[in-house]
Amino acid sequence: MNAKTVFMGYTRGDIVNFAVAIILALVIVPMVVKTDYWYSSILIPWLCLALAAVGQQIVMGYAGQLALGAAGFMAAGAFACFNLILRVPYIPFPLALVFSGLIAAAFGVLFGLPSLRVRGIYLMVATLASQFFIIWMIDKFGWFKNYDTSGIITAQDIVIFGKPFTTPLEMYLVVVVVVMVLTVLAINMTRGSTGRSWMAVRDMDIAAESMGISLLKTKLQAFAISAFFCGVAGALFAFTYLKSLEPVAFDIKLSFKILFMVILGGLGTINGAFIGAAFILLFPVLLNSIGNNVFHGAIDSTIISSIEQVVFGVLIIVFLIFEPLGMAKLYDNIKQKFRGGSAPKDKKKRELDAASSEAG
Amino acid sequence: MVQARNFPIGDPILEVKNISLSFGGVKAITNTSFRVLSHEIRAIIGPNGAGKSSLLNCINGIYRPQEGTISLKGEVLKKNSPNIVARKGLSRTFQNLALFKRMSVLDNILVGRKLHMSANFLEVAFRLPGATREERENREKCEEIVEFLEIKNIRDTPVGRLPYGLQKKVELGRALATEADILLLDEPMAGMNVEEKREMCRFILKVNDEFGTTMVLIEHDMGVVMDISDNVVVLDYGKVIGDGPPDEVRSDQAVIDAYLGVAHD
Repeated sequence: MNAKTVFMGYTRGDIVNFAVAIILALVIVPMVVKTDYWYSSILIPWLCLALAAVGQQIVMGYAGQLALGAAGFMAAGAFACFNLILRVPYIPFPLALVFSGLIAAAFGVLFGLPSLRVRGIYLMVATLASQFFIIWMIDKFGWFKNYDTSGIITAQDIVIFGKPFTTPLEMYLVVVVVVMVLTVLAINMTRGSTGRSWMAVRDMDIAAESMGISLLKTKLQAFAISAFFCGVAGALFAFTYLKSLEPVAFDIKLSFKILFMVILGGLGTINGAFIGAAFILLFPVLLNSIGNNVFHGAIDSTIISSIEQVVFGVLIIVFLIFEPLGMAKLYDNIKQKFRGGSAPKDKKKRELDAASSEAG
Repeated sequence: MVQARNFPIGDPILEVKNISLSFGGVKAITNTSFRVLSHEIRAIIGPNGAGKSSLLNCINGIYRPQEGTISLKGEVLKKNSPNIVARKGLSRTFQNLALFKRMSVLDNILVGRKLHMSANFLEVAFRLPGATREERENREKCEEIVEFLEIKNIRDTPVGRLPYGLQKKVELGRALATEADILLLDEPMAGMNVEEKREMCRFILKVNDEFGTTMVLIEHDMGVVMDISDNVVVLDYGKVIGDGPPDEVRSDQAVIDAYLGVAHD
């Protein structure tokens, strides 16, 4: 439990995890995966949506603010990136990404303001405004779309210091590096004093305030950082996955998808965002391939997509009842089992464990 | 209690002047005044519903009294909110436990160090040297508190899983971590057995003696109150009906009628 920190406050386990992630993402995947389909239809959207889910995780899982509008912030980031590249000559793509995130963060602060007054389901309704307002704004004012009338704008090529990144593998590398860097930053924040303030506000706001935490500052900060992550994710999503910019792609359905990723993955965990995103994204692919390969198309594709909805609905209910900490917690339990330690299964056992550790 | 104290009782540090608080038509506190002297242990007693917790909530800034003023270290608290009052050196515990349930014991206590940590989120995100050092130093401070309260074996357990008595201890630890000049303890010993109460008293006296922390505590156990407090305020129906050293208060007829009933001895 009480692992020693060896470098910059990271434990040995953390460093091993980071190293494995880097080698896997930058060496093994590019060596093993040769088909473009895997990059452009699975890995890239997974990473982009996982990053947005990390954003949702920050505001909802850590700061405890029920916000629903991640796709709105993604749209803000995507169109900000488009306009920055269009209007600022020679801007390197990473810089455009950072500014897109900052613009989304400004929207995050604006639409986080209701959190100072309302909470829970009412806040969720209030934050829906961001979803609709941002999309409306982009549609209403032609400037954001550079007065394009077709409705679908092709995204510019990604150019970093003169080198274009246009093949699926190159785009994957851009996405994976950005996602890894931002994820490490998110992990640092959630483990440090910033994250503790968020969680304190989540668990007991009156006590948090009595310890000197400003609710105003902490909540708006969580909204801003969450929107930053969503904004960067939105820009990556548009530039590397959709390769086009259309407000419809960022509709309320996407916001709900990201919400489900966070709930299924496990509220208040960073790896839950990745697990949840993988599940939500891959499950339909899996169902489809079962439909095609096992039943050879005997099942209508509309039925398959209905089954998908039913399964998601059931799973969300099951997780909310039996494992509110989501798949990340299940994963932890399995890991513990393999390491020989028994994972506490039910509530009673957990209490017993706590009592015995206190006695011992 | 008579031997020389490290921090002798001094000037008033907290002054409550003519405060009144009502919720709609219900008067919780009526024109109440008293002073708390620096480095003393002050008990507030009174029957249920006398307004004791409301009084603490007013001092701490959770409620705003409609009338009257509260001053801390000679400074009148205007438009006070709990985080501003905390910044001025006042911390508290709650009657019904207000811990951060999903966080570990150590993290709960670390939240108490919030005002001693100044790194902003960017410094934390990039683990700049300042933020890392600050985190390490404050962690060490919290480890000391964990050691002091003898809860080292549960330091990594989420507090939601702990039994009541231990949660009370963690809450005291979190309040101690703030290193505030004044601690408001709202029934720190409620629901504890004799053994646990004795231990808690020991901690309170030790903190008061070692750090000179002024303590204001609400307590129902008269034995405890008589043992550890320097002065006692008695509230009934939102009014002060007694104020003075424990022995004096105990023999006061109004206090006996309202709260104590027939004197124990």
